[in-house]
Amino acid sequence: MTLIRQLRPALVIFGLLSLLTGFLYPLSMTAISSVLMPNKAAGSLIHDGKRTVGSVLIGQNFTQSRYFHGRPSATIGADPADPTKSVPTPYNAAASMASNASPTSKALVERVAAALTQVRAENPEAVAADWPIPMDLVTTSASGLDPDISPQAAFFQVKRIARVRNIPEETVRQLVEHMITHPLMGWLGEPHVNVLELNMALDALHR
Amino acid sequence: MALHLPHSEATHGGRSSEHRSQSSLMQASLLLPAITESFRKLDPRIMWRNPVMFVVEVVTILTTVLLVRDIIIGGTHPGFAIQINLWLWFTLIFANFAEAVAEGRGKAQADSLRRTRTETLGKRLLANDDGGYSHFGLYEQIPAPELAVDDIVLVEAGDFIPSDGEVIDGIASVDESAITGESAPVIRESGGDRSAVTGGTRVLSDWVIVRITAAQGSTFLDRIISLVEGAQRQKTPNEIALTILLAGMTLIFIFAVVTIPSFVHYAGGHISVLILVALFVTLIPTTIGALLSAIGIAGMDRLIRFNVLAMSGRAVEAAGDVDTLLLDKTGTITIGDRQATAFVPVSGVTEHELADAAQLASLADETPEGRSIVVLAKEKFGIRGRDMNALGAHFVPFTAQTRMSGVDVGDRHIRKGAVDSVIACLGEAVPSVGQIRQIADEIARQGGTPLAVADNTRLLGVVHLKDVVKGGIRERFAELRRMGIRTVMITGDNPLTAAAIAAESGVDHFLAQATPEAKLALIRSEQASGKLVAMCGDGTNDAPALAQADVGVAMNTGTVAAREAGNMVDLDSDPTKLIEIVGIGKQLLMTRGALTTFSIANDVAKYFAIIPAMFVGFYPALSALNVMHLATPESAVLSAIIFNALIIIALIPLALKGVRYRPVGAASLLRRNLLIYGIGGLIVPFIGIKLIDMLVTSIGLA
Amino acid sequence: MLFHGWVTIMAFFICVVAMTRPLGGFLKRVLEGEQHVLGRIIGPVERGIYRAAGIQEDREQSWSQYAIAVIVFKVICFIAVYTLLRFQGVLPLNPNGMRGVAPDLAYNTAISFVTNTNWQSYAGETTMSHLSQMLGLTVQNFVSAAAGIAIAAAVIRGFTRRSAASIGNFWADLVRTTLYVLLPICVVLALLFVLEGVPQTLLGSVTASTLEGTRQTIALGPVASQEAIKMLGTNGGGFFNVNSAHPFENPNALTNFVQMLAIFALGAGLTNMFGRMVGRERQGWAIFSAMAALFLVGTVVTYWSEAHANPLLHALGIDPSLGNMEGKETRFGIVGSALFATVTTDASCGAVNAMHESFLPLGGMVPLVNMMLGEVIFGGVGSGLYGFLLFAIIAVFMAGLMVGRTPEYLGKKIEAREIKMTMLAVLCLPLVMLGFTALAVVVPSGLSALSTSGPHGFTEALYAYTSAAANNGSAFAGLTANPFWNVTLGIAMMVGRFFVIIPVLAIAGAMAAKKTAAPTPGTFPTDTGLFIALVTGVILIVGGLTFLPALALGPIVEHLAMLRGTLF
Repeated sequence: MTLIRQLRPALVIFGLLSLLTGFLYPLSMTAISSVLMPNKAAGSLIHDGKRTVGSVLIGQNFTQSRYFHGRPSATIGADPADPTKSVPTPYNAAASMASNASPTSKALVERVAAALTQVRAENPEAVAADWPIPMDLVTTSASGLDPDISPQAAFFQVKRIARVRNIPEETVRQLVEHMITHPLMGWLGEPHVNVLELNMALDALHR
Repeated sequence: MALHLPHSEATHGGRSSEHRSQSSLMQASLLLPAITESFRKLDPRIMWRNPVMFVVEVVTILTTVLLVRDIIIGGTHPGFAIQINLWLWFTLIFANFAEAVAEGRGKAQADSLRRTRTETLGKRLLANDDGGYSHFGLYEQIPAPELAVDDIVLVEAGDFIPSDGEVIDGIASVDESAITGESAPVIRESGGDRSAVTGGTRVLSDWVIVRITAAQGSTFLDRIISLVEGAQRQKTPNEIALTILLAGMTLIFIFAVVTIPSFVHYAGGHISVLILVALFVTLIPTTIGALLSAIGIAGMDRLIRFNVLAMSGRAVEAAGDVDTLLLDKTGTITIGDRQATAFVPVSGVTEHELADAAQLASLADETPEGRSIVVLAKEKFGIRGRDMNALGAHFVPFTAQTRMSGVDVGDRHIRKGAVDSVIACLGEAVPSVGQIRQIADEIARQGGTPLAVADNTRLLGVVHLKDVVKGGIRERFAELRRMGIRTVMITGDNPLTAAAIAAESGVDHFLAQATPEAKLALIRSEQASGKLVAMCGDGTNDAPALAQADVGVAMNTGTVAAREAGNMVDLDSDPTKLIEIVGIGKQLLMTRGALTTFSIANDVAKYFAIIPAMFVGFYPALSALNVMHLATPESAVLSAIIFNALIIIALIPLALKGVRYRPVGAASLLRRNLLIYGIGGLIVPFIGIKLIDMLVTSIGLA
Repeated sequence: MLFHGWVTIMAFFICVVAMTRPLGGFLKRVLEGEQHVLGRIIGPVERGIYRAAGIQEDREQSWSQYAIAVIVFKVICFIAVYTLLRFQGVLPLNPNGMRGVAPDLAYNTAISFVTNTNWQSYAGETTMSHLSQMLGLTVQNFVSAAAGIAIAAAVIRGFTRRSAASIGNFWADLVRTTLYVLLPICVVLALLFVLEGVPQTLLGSVTASTLEGTRQTIALGPVASQEAIKMLGTNGGGFFNVNSAHPFENPNALTNFVQMLAIFALGAGLTNMFGRMVGRERQGWAIFSAMAALFLVGTVVTYWSEAHANPLLHALGIDPSLGNMEGKETRFGIVGSALFATVTTDASCGAVNAMHESFLPLGGMVPLVNMMLGEVIFGGVGSGLYGFLLFAIIAVFMAGLMVGRTPEYLGKKIEAREIKMTMLAVLCLPLVMLGFTALAVVVPSGLSALSTSGPHGFTEALYAYTSAAANNGSAFAGLTANPFWNVTLGIAMMVGRFFVIIPVLAIAGAMAAKKTAAPTPGTFPTDTGLFIALVTGVILIVGGLTFLPALALGPIVEHLAMLRGTLF
């Protein structure tokens, strides 16, 4: 019978292909990349002397006014008080997550309105200057770990940073300008600023 | 209509009769029975053969039951529901009507043919003492339907031939107009290729003894009856495939519609069964579903009106698919007989002199060749006919010994004949023998037949006899080539002659010195490469090839064997009709394809009519989809369902007449049909539904 | 809608066109068992596998034997993945200490990966051990894709052979595709991804102390190797919950571009392989063109939709110039996200780099419609081509009738049997897509999983079953799958895969057995613009018309309501 006759090839081929694609392939890729590109293979981590500051690719939750802020994040994490419940835990890199908000939901509009109020409150100078509020600064990213903001969103915060850090606005502006990643070949990708790198550069200004 | 019937407007021949009968497609006398029939066909047992319309019937019955319930319970105004119900029933009746009209014509013909059969009496001969049968033998009169195969009957002048059979003795002239519509009598005799007689035809003179070959119910006449009646209509392969496609589409729309109530429930709305049924019926391909069988019947009918009987719908469809057409040279590509086309004198003789002698020798020659020489001489040199008696001329007829004919005027002996015969008669010593041979070879090379002319011992020259290619045949072949059909000429001629005629007629390919075996082999090899082959034939030796061909058209004048082997019979016995048969086959498929496309394209507009109407109650924003600006949700649904029903009626003439076939390439044909039936199918319902909506609104129906 | 956006779309399309021929040529060599460079290197492995399996690779199978081989193989795959997921807690390579997966989720996930759907009812980094990711999911990513390509090759053979009884050997097709096509390309892609920053490590999570002094646990793993096959095999099952939106899966615009190309690569290449195998590359380009037309239309609509800010947010006083950024990553922006969404649903990939649920209604409708059409726009590897051929058969049937000939495609007559099988395959998609949605939006266990109410909630349910039946795997991811959903989605995935594969193989068998007719001027040509237009129309009308009422109640009404400022 065909069915029985096919059983042996099915089992053997399944086994061998599993070995090949499930073990040999990923393990050899791991071996090769750990030799050739050890830092990248390990997650592009940034080390600051003895501790790991984070990954250059993974956004961090900046709340202090002396730092540029990233985008709102929809990630959640276990409630420290009660591990069976979860609470909003922005930039939880152990569990990426998006808001998945419906564009026509009250929830979205209310959440964005709240974020908007906060952004306005944090940046009174920009509001006073009547600068438009960039969309990315009040909407959540797809990963909840977006390391970047748009140049508009960075410039929007320049006045605040200058005030809090007490450095000339122009210095901060030039730093942002310098930190912008431009599209590859002028078209591939969006201009953006890595918030972690920007803030580290900001800290470096004081040293 | 070529079937010769008392109350049909019988005319003979192809195109004109077809044209004439189209104008009377919907004649009044056929309408009334068709209307009655459309109601009778509502019987679900008949309906279920057509899955699309059967489904419509089921849902219509459902809504009617619901309507009756609502009326009994009372409450809401049932006016709208009554109208929708009525139009659903109209949809069904219109579909049945289309089929009934298509069948109607055939029914009327079948009735009168059946009368011929039942009223005939046969004279069954009793065997003599020696077991043979004699014209003078005893016979018993029994009704035709009671005759059995192998009964021997006598048919005398004035009698109807009681059933199909083969002449085993005697010769008679037979009036076959009842079958062929051709009033000139034909000769039927025992032996040879003209031995078949058909039940229902009448012997005009003399007598024949006939062995019955067909059992009752399967005679040629019976087959015609069941064909024209459409009683045993089997669905053809493409029709089956299309029915499956349509049934599949219907199923898909069942899913689309039955899930709506649940979606609507989620949205917090409500939707009535009536509206769902209306949406469903307008979405499923009712237009083509309603007209599908009418198209098939009309296709067969078109063929019958063209004096060709297809033994199955499959054969008609196959005709549309034909890739290779085998045509007999004689009678199809060339005029049956050879014609004189030139006088080629030897040196020292003028053309006029030769023509004069040849004409004189042919004056009394009644063969077509002889007559053509007289005609040519007159055309070329104005040599008029002369009175043989006044000249004292004496005709010397053709004999097997001399293989020459001619005339003796006084001591002038003028002879014409095959070159070798004439030379043999005069002897090799006469002058110009070499030159005559040279001329003769040249003529043979061009595909002609040389005829030497001698005056006493003087060789005058040669008459060039030639197969004359029929006028316009070249254009026909070019047309076929554009249709994608390869033509092959079948001839018994030698390859040289065949090649010359092939080149002149523009046929694609030829089979020279064809034997029945070679023909069969050619058909098989074509089929092996995936091609469909059509051919026509009449002799018994054509039977294997006719049977092997995908479309085998037997000539009505042919033998019983040939007629049995083919899947079509041409009552006019005109082999060129193969070309038209192909066109009719294509037309049949095209009509189905065009109406299917039209039907499916219609759905877009119907959606735009019904979807906003259905959902606007709980999602007012959807009124933006009401692009036609239909007045109210009720008027929108009603207009869509009215359009859906009326379009069936509107397309009946097209279904019966068929989409016009043009012999252009497939791509341009498709482009044209897509434009008309595809794009047209998208646009027409938008206009139609809007107009109906304006009308029903203005007269206050909804 | 900005200039660089159009440049990106055009550049992407040009790259797809450019790789179609070379890939098609190579695929043909591999699947026809011809000589090629890799054969000399990896050949011994291939022959070793055959020897161990006890098969002769040149002994061909009839369509039914081929189908049985596919099913036997799939059953073994299912059992293996299910078992592995259930017991991952006690198996090695589990640095983060994941527990065994619950039965309904394990069933759903196993079906999902076996059918090349890669619907994820779980979050990868919080559910799966490294062993499950590698030996369970990555393996299925390879073999389910290889099986798709194998079946496509078998179907094409059906069209090219005359009066033949067999359509190839499944085991040979499977092994060759895996060894020569998928693995080599994946090695290159994986290393490229690592170079651009995608991690490839067997270590577990790393804990960092952030600039502001808090702790951040960063999940890591062998991401690059899985990312490569996830795209190339149009699988779409991400290592992380947010899939290709995660910076570790898709760190920059270049990787984004390469990932999109990888999704289309084999689907596009197979059109060319088709052309080559039937002896006329133009036939392949005709299919390619119809697919390309639908792709470009979808892309433009999505891009147009997403480039506009949500009017409800714009009304709050936010600058609209960046477009609809909710659920999108800054580095990809609008065009990188819109193009990705179109590509991933044109093909049956289902990877996402932005959240389709948060797209504006019409932007989210395009991915939905792409899947409803059966994912025949380049499509899943293999499945896109044979799905397309189903529509081609219908188109040819209509065209044949309209030119007055029994329809034929590539010299094969299309008759009742083929139409029956085609309709069977075409029917099953709307049946499960609409049927299960109708069920889910009325039963409480269905409704409770929806993240939102109103038309958008409806679209969420519709999207889920559409994605499952079409074997896509992307989601309106607000849905929180419960056992009801896991079970019904599992059924939808099975129906969507096997109720298409079996009729398609039956068609291949029937086609192979037929004679091939030489084309004549009376045959309708299937490599012209007219055919491309016709087949596109058939895909839209036959494939799409069924869904219009559902779409009207979902994205269409949501869009219209949004314009009126209505909130749900």
